[in-house]
Amino acid sequence: MSGKSRVARQALPGSVEEFMACAYAMEVEAAERYAELADQMDTHHNREVAGLFAKLARIEGKHRDQILARMGWEHGPDAAVFRWETPEGPETTDYGELHYLMQPYHALRLAEHNERRAAEFFERFAAAPVPEDVRAAAREMAEEEREHVRLIQEWLARVPPPEPGWDEDMDPPAVAD
Amino acid sequence: MNETAVALAPAGYKSEVKPVWCPGCGDFGVVNALSKAFAKLALRPEDIAVVSGIGCSSRIPAYMSSYGFHGVHGRALAAGTGLKIARPDLTVVVTGGDGDGYSIGGNHFLHACRRNVDMTYVVMDNRVYGMTKGQPSPTTEPDWDSKLSPDGTGLREFQPMVIALASGANFVARGFTGDPNGLAEILVEAMRHPGFSFVEVLSPCVTFRPEQKEWKKLVQEDAFTPTADAKEAAGRLMHDTGFDLGVLYAGGRAPYAPRGPRAERPVEELERRFVL
Repeated sequence: MSGKSRVARQALPGSVEEFMACAYAMEVEAAERYAELADQMDTHHNREVAGLFAKLARIEGKHRDQILARMGWEHGPDAAVFRWETPEGPETTDYGELHYLMQPYHALRLAEHNERRAAEFFERFAAAPVPEDVRAAAREMAEEEREHVRLIQEWLARVPPPEPGWDEDMDPPAVAD
Repeated sequence: MNETAVALAPAGYKSEVKPVWCPGCGDFGVVNALSKAFAKLALRPEDIAVVSGIGCSSRIPAYMSSYGFHGVHGRALAAGTGLKIARPDLTVVVTGGDGDGYSIGGNHFLHACRRNVDMTYVVMDNRVYGMTKGQPSPTTEPDWDSKLSPDGTGLREFQPMVIALASGANFVARGFTGDPNGLAEILVEAMRHPGFSFVEVLSPCVTFRPEQKEWKKLVQEDAFTPTADAKEAAGRLMHDTGFDLGVLYAGGRAPYAPRGPRAERPVEELERRFVL
């Protein structure tokens, strides 16, 4: 299922409104997931990564609100069940990527991966047979996502990579050995 | 089921209690999918009851803002059945794991399918007893080698979808926690379908079965073509990979309904009917 086209399952957008609804759904899903991941890390006392995920949730929430403002929408379109070609939206972190001992470096690598996928997602719309104003909006969104990739990479450069054996727990919470 | 025009976002169906599951656990995807399904159906939280048994996945009622009942091991379906009969206005969703549902509660599973009471049963199958630290469950592969099952159990796996179909479940489907949006769609269909709906959910246990992280590469989305023909569904299961997703069967059997307004019968009549 992974690695396929990132274009939404719905038909290609015929208007900027439809395109931005798709972008909005992507940001909603990403923001909610980062908030969930922050809670997971908090529950497992990994405060540093919890704080980082919470910050990423706020950033994605800001992007979501920017779309609302740009479109003049009071409320976003229904994003309760939005289907993508892949299991989840391009900016959404897979639950399975988490580890309770993960470090900020890992979290930022996940964020970088998500932003890169988001840029590719919008680039596909920019190259798709859609109206010119949709293509222009897609190009703009793709550039924004590429800028986010650059920002995350700068952030990553300031964070030490993990030492080998970072996931070894001398007192593991659950083990059958 | 009461579908009302309330504008509640999926987050509105989650409680303030943070799940204690291991980070990476598939069960997070079920909370996510259930809340999206409830939102899609525009159900009021007070019109929903989430009932569970015992196990990691059975913690779900605490994480939802609806009514919830965290019952005893393997008896979630019994509690859910009683609740639905007493309060048919509620949308009853029974949740649990493979150990709770197929082993300790195996007999309840058979008869819940047979009775066809209008409720939805969601089983988070990770093929292991996670809460008790990694014992093989009914769906564990026979050759799964671990410290608690050296060389594997050698036992054939329980086949939940085959059993559900053969026992009379009116709706049979499989979802995957790595695809919460797809799972939400299946849950919407399951809750809308009259009678007993069974949804088998592949939910990786990253702690005791880390190899299950590979499931996302194995699952086949929309692999089933829904049918109302039980014979056709049974034939399809003969070549099921175990990772085929979607709705397999949506039958037309009428859900169980108590015959007659029993509650309105005079006590004298009931006494007379019970006299030996």
